[in-house]
Amino acid sequence: MLTSQSFRVFKDQSFRAIVTMGGNFVIVAILLIFIYLMYVVAPMFESAEAESVATYALPGSGKTLSLAMEEQNEVAMRFTDAAEAIFFKADSGDIINRFALALPADSSITSFYMAGSNSSTAAYATDKGQVLLASHQYRISYPNDKRLITPVIEYPLGEQALQIDPEKQAIVQFVFQLGEEGHSFVARTVDGRLLLTRFSKEGSALDEDEAELVANTVELPSPGINVDFMLIDEDQRVLYLASRKGEMVQYDINDQEDIVVQQRSHIVKADRQLEKLSWLTGTISLLVVDSEGDTSQWFPVRDEGSFPIPTFIRDFESKDKVTAIAVENSRKGFAVATEQGNVEIFHTTANQQVLDKSSGTKNITQLVFSPRSNALLFESDSGKMHFWTVMNEYPEVSWSSLWGKVWYESYQKPEYIWQSSSSSNDFEPKMSLVPISFGTIKAAFYAMMIAVPLAVLGAMFTAYFMAPRMRRIVKPSIETMEALPTVILGFLAGLWLAPLIETNLPGIFSLLFVMPIAVLIAAWSWTRLPSNIRHKIPDGWEAFLLLPLVIIVLYTSLELSPFLEHQFFGGDMRGWLTNEMGVSFDQRNSIVVGLAMGFAVIPTIFSIAEDAIYSVPKSLTHSSLALGATPWQTMWRVVLLTASPGIFSAIMIGFGRAVGETMIVLMATGNTPIMDFNIFEGMRTLSANIAVEVPESEVGSTHYRVLFLAALVLFSFTFFFNTIAELVRQRLRRKYSSL
Amino acid sequence: MVAKPTILQWVKGGSPWIWLSASAVSISLIMVFGLLLLIGLRGLGYFWPADVLEVQYQQSPTEVVTLVGEVQTVETVNASRIRDAGGHVPEGDETVTRMLLKVGNRDINGLDFRWINQHDVVKKSRPENMIVLERREWGNFYGYLDAIKVKGKLFADGTEAWPVFLERLEKTIDIYDRIKSIQVGAIGSINYEIEELRLAKRRLELDGITKASAFEEIKQQREALNKQYQLLQKDLEVLYRDIEQDSAVLRTVDGRKIELPLSKVVRGFKPNAMSTPTKVLHYFEKLWEFVSDEPREANTEGGIFPAIFGTVMLVIIMSILVTPLGVIAAVYLREYAKQGPTTRLIRIAVNNLAGVPSIVYGVFGLGFFVYFLGGNIDQLFYPEALPSPTFGTPGILWSALTLALLTLPVVIVATEEGLARIPRSIREGSMALGATKAETLWRIVLPMASPALMTGMILAVARAAGEVAPLMLVGVVKLAPSLPLDLNSPFIHLDRKFMHLGFHIYDVGFQSPNVEAARPLVYATALLLVAVIVALNLAAIWVRNHLREKYKSLE
Repeated sequence: MLTSQSFRVFKDQSFRAIVTMGGNFVIVAILLIFIYLMYVVAPMFESAEAESVATYALPGSGKTLSLAMEEQNEVAMRFTDAAEAIFFKADSGDIINRFALALPADSSITSFYMAGSNSSTAAYATDKGQVLLASHQYRISYPNDKRLITPVIEYPLGEQALQIDPEKQAIVQFVFQLGEEGHSFVARTVDGRLLLTRFSKEGSALDEDEAELVANTVELPSPGINVDFMLIDEDQRVLYLASRKGEMVQYDINDQEDIVVQQRSHIVKADRQLEKLSWLTGTISLLVVDSEGDTSQWFPVRDEGSFPIPTFIRDFESKDKVTAIAVENSRKGFAVATEQGNVEIFHTTANQQVLDKSSGTKNITQLVFSPRSNALLFESDSGKMHFWTVMNEYPEVSWSSLWGKVWYESYQKPEYIWQSSSSSNDFEPKMSLVPISFGTIKAAFYAMMIAVPLAVLGAMFTAYFMAPRMRRIVKPSIETMEALPTVILGFLAGLWLAPLIETNLPGIFSLLFVMPIAVLIAAWSWTRLPSNIRHKIPDGWEAFLLLPLVIIVLYTSLELSPFLEHQFFGGDMRGWLTNEMGVSFDQRNSIVVGLAMGFAVIPTIFSIAEDAIYSVPKSLTHSSLALGATPWQTMWRVVLLTASPGIFSAIMIGFGRAVGETMIVLMATGNTPIMDFNIFEGMRTLSANIAVEVPESEVGSTHYRVLFLAALVLFSFTFFFNTIAELVRQRLRRKYSSL
Repeated sequence: MVAKPTILQWVKGGSPWIWLSASAVSISLIMVFGLLLLIGLRGLGYFWPADVLEVQYQQSPTEVVTLVGEVQTVETVNASRIRDAGGHVPEGDETVTRMLLKVGNRDINGLDFRWINQHDVVKKSRPENMIVLERREWGNFYGYLDAIKVKGKLFADGTEAWPVFLERLEKTIDIYDRIKSIQVGAIGSINYEIEELRLAKRRLELDGITKASAFEEIKQQREALNKQYQLLQKDLEVLYRDIEQDSAVLRTVDGRKIELPLSKVVRGFKPNAMSTPTKVLHYFEKLWEFVSDEPREANTEGGIFPAIFGTVMLVIIMSILVTPLGVIAAVYLREYAKQGPTTRLIRIAVNNLAGVPSIVYGVFGLGFFVYFLGGNIDQLFYPEALPSPTFGTPGILWSALTLALLTLPVVIVATEEGLARIPRSIREGSMALGATKAETLWRIVLPMASPALMTGMILAVARAAGEVAPLMLVGVVKLAPSLPLDLNSPFIHLDRKFMHLGFHIYDVGFQSPNVEAARPLVYATALLLVAVIVALNLAAIWVRNHLREKYKSLE
């Protein structure tokens, strides 16, 4: 007997334990959502880290002209001044292979050029006006299921050196750019000529191997400056020449027959010198390093019709002078090495320094990023090679890039833009949350414009004036609205309402005036009716009486719409708006969203506000009426005042719902992220943006995490409004219980 | 007799405001019922076989063309809009009545729809022998039937053609169904088993088992399956040959002739010759096809059965997950927890959970359930299938879990309300008789509150059935190759993706290449969804009222 007794106690206790656990699960759940979102978002805001993996003596002999690495960070290489390509293990410096490049026998090297880490091709120029191109390539094989990377040297334009200067003078400085259709070389010869030699492919367009390279050389007009730096862009259209003093000349080299100096600019501050000039990935922006260690970003900005002018965008300060610069391969980031031996990594779009770490060595002469930007290789003039791994996954995210105006490449001015992806590799992601947050507020605002008056007035009438019998039907009907799937509202808004509004625009606007006036006239006429008719319908059925009126007004407004349009807007209000008012018009605009989302929020606000008004103690209203106040005065001065916290919380909850609503905005707007409060245009909201982009984003990428951040913003937003509403409501409940 | 108020008194007393607030209620009511009516009419109209008009149309001052089609909409627009678009409108007309004609024959015309202006219509008629063919490709055909060919030879023509056509069509559809059942049923399950064998083999390899007998067994099973497959393939070849035999020779109104294999036809009818009872019959046939058949033509035609199935299965799994949790939380809040800061905090959490945007649940579900939980489950239990994920990808289980979290507050609030209604005296009576608290709850309180649990569950189901945004991230697809429930063990496939009514509406209405043609189907789908949800809500309201009545006597 006792055992069964204790078993019962045990059961009771375990039941209690389970239930308590279950109860607390709710808190855990909401915390879990919050924590998990934070957990995904947090890594974006951690600063980058770098770790020194190995330091070793320079592999092989000769002076390094350029360093490079392959994608897996296993193999690195250097081009030396003895025309040798030396491949070595990145983490130990063990030499894997050495290639002596086949320069023409009787010539000597006069200059060298390699364009950053995103090009695998380097070139040597000779005293006979020739250039030999060599690129480092890697063959990957899997003998015994283990990855083996075999480095090789290839000659992209053939093993024969190309004649750049027909006069066979020594080339002191040159740059080149390879392309699909042709290759451009700009060279400065020892006798001071500036040459542009373009190799174009001729012959069979289909068969690459049969295509023959035909050279054409022209002499460039004199720049009028000492040429210390040269750069050609990817499209082989723009050539920049710059002097140490900071003068820069821009040529348009698109048409070899008609080369003109397009612009002259000065790109360093007074009394400073230009130390280094480099492309940022994509060859739109220039990175300008001056003698004080400031790196500034410049790109051409089009200023009303004229040529794009190279313009100062932003700068990045280093602690002291910069000795080397390296550019990231597929992001808009770069690294500099300073005189004191610090390596600093910056990101241009985010306008921030992501890393500053001392290397322990001074005078770094060569610095290079690995192709995936997750490793750095650099050489100091003490003859040591340093290999670092870099953890820098999310440099493009900073407070200013998410919430501030950013001057993006090829834009005329700093702007708020959301454009997360594109087909191009050199794309600069534009991840400003401002336009989509703005869109969210805009959508919610227009929805509230529709919903608040209708829902609150409706709640007032239903709770206080309406006949109980009618209330029993009306309240559940409006509450059923809440259960209507928003996908259906969105679908109707997008496919039925939007075209309807577009064709009946004047009618819709006239409703705003006609409806209240018609209601008032009807109400006044009602008081004029003989009392025996009026008494057939008791008080509290006004809403019922008005039903036919509302339908008639609605119908007539829409029917009269073409007439109104003809009379006042020359037959086409849409055209009138665009041409006369200068307001652009989308079919899926804010009116549509406001109506559809207003429809979705009305029941939420209505239901809570109605409860609040209904639960105002009857003793209050009765005393007010007894003192001679009319029903409306009682409503306005007593009931509404008492219920105002409840109505406030209803509006807050409604707002929270409008902010988070996804399907309606997804379907009823054009989803363009614009920053314009125009009622005739659409918007893109946080929620719709998440719904559209999350399925496409790569897990763990910056884009993915920024979208999680958008979700977190949405979450915090609604959390804030709901908590306020709930606190107000709980207080109200306690207050009434005492009345 | 009270004197009528003057206008000043009337305004001062505030009556205009009362009327205005009354109009707010009227407008809201009209919005609700208008919306339901709109969906109802458009949705139900979809299945009705509309008459097909033959129109002589003045396309340009010199050219008259013959068009056929069903009238979709008629509207009145401003004349200037038509003039701007380059259309011809007689002088002095300010408005133009135009109609949208569904002209079908997409393979010939390129376009399904055409606007025609009323004033340019020369002649309208409804020819009795006009036929409509619903096809598996290219949408509807409108035109005339000239003859039936079998194996390329003329079989019937003239008036005989139509009855023969119907007869042959029935046979062809029969063969088509058999092909389908072999392809999807038998061959589908063979493929499934072969895939299972591949995974079993991979599993053995991963476990380091090198016993030859185990591999041999798998090999034999696979060969047996291959043999079965060969046999089925032979059957199929015969059927394919049979189905290609018959074809119909058709003529469009502009006199072009085409020959259409009957295997491409789903249904043929002569709407202009149909009597009302036949039309009603046709109506229900179409309705049945809609709820029981699979979609055709990128979801724009045919039925929506997989979407209905997916939705139902989703909400069932979700209910199984959410009900116990919600009830336990409600019991804790109402029966065990000391009312104080903790319960207040939990209530705030519950209300917040209800207010969190559904898309945030979707994001959370994708990150936490799919990638985190699912990814780990795959590592632990399904390493043989890697790198292709089993549970580490959106699927019905994760969708159900996400929705369970989303609807948790609904269940909690409803259950709590129910528990609060049960009088204290009943609990005290039970305790006084010596029952423990758990026993009181389990035997007395919960059974009495069961209608409230039902209400909560119904409301949760109604909410879940209409929710789309989170599902887009955690498991819904536009076209699922197989249902999450089938005859291949383990029968319930929780890892599979599924179709959903709500998503179907979004996808077909906004993502499909031919939105205009798909629109009626979207209305019908919307109607179905609304009907289910409104019915569920009404049921919940009914249960709740019923419950109130029941406990009134106890108080």
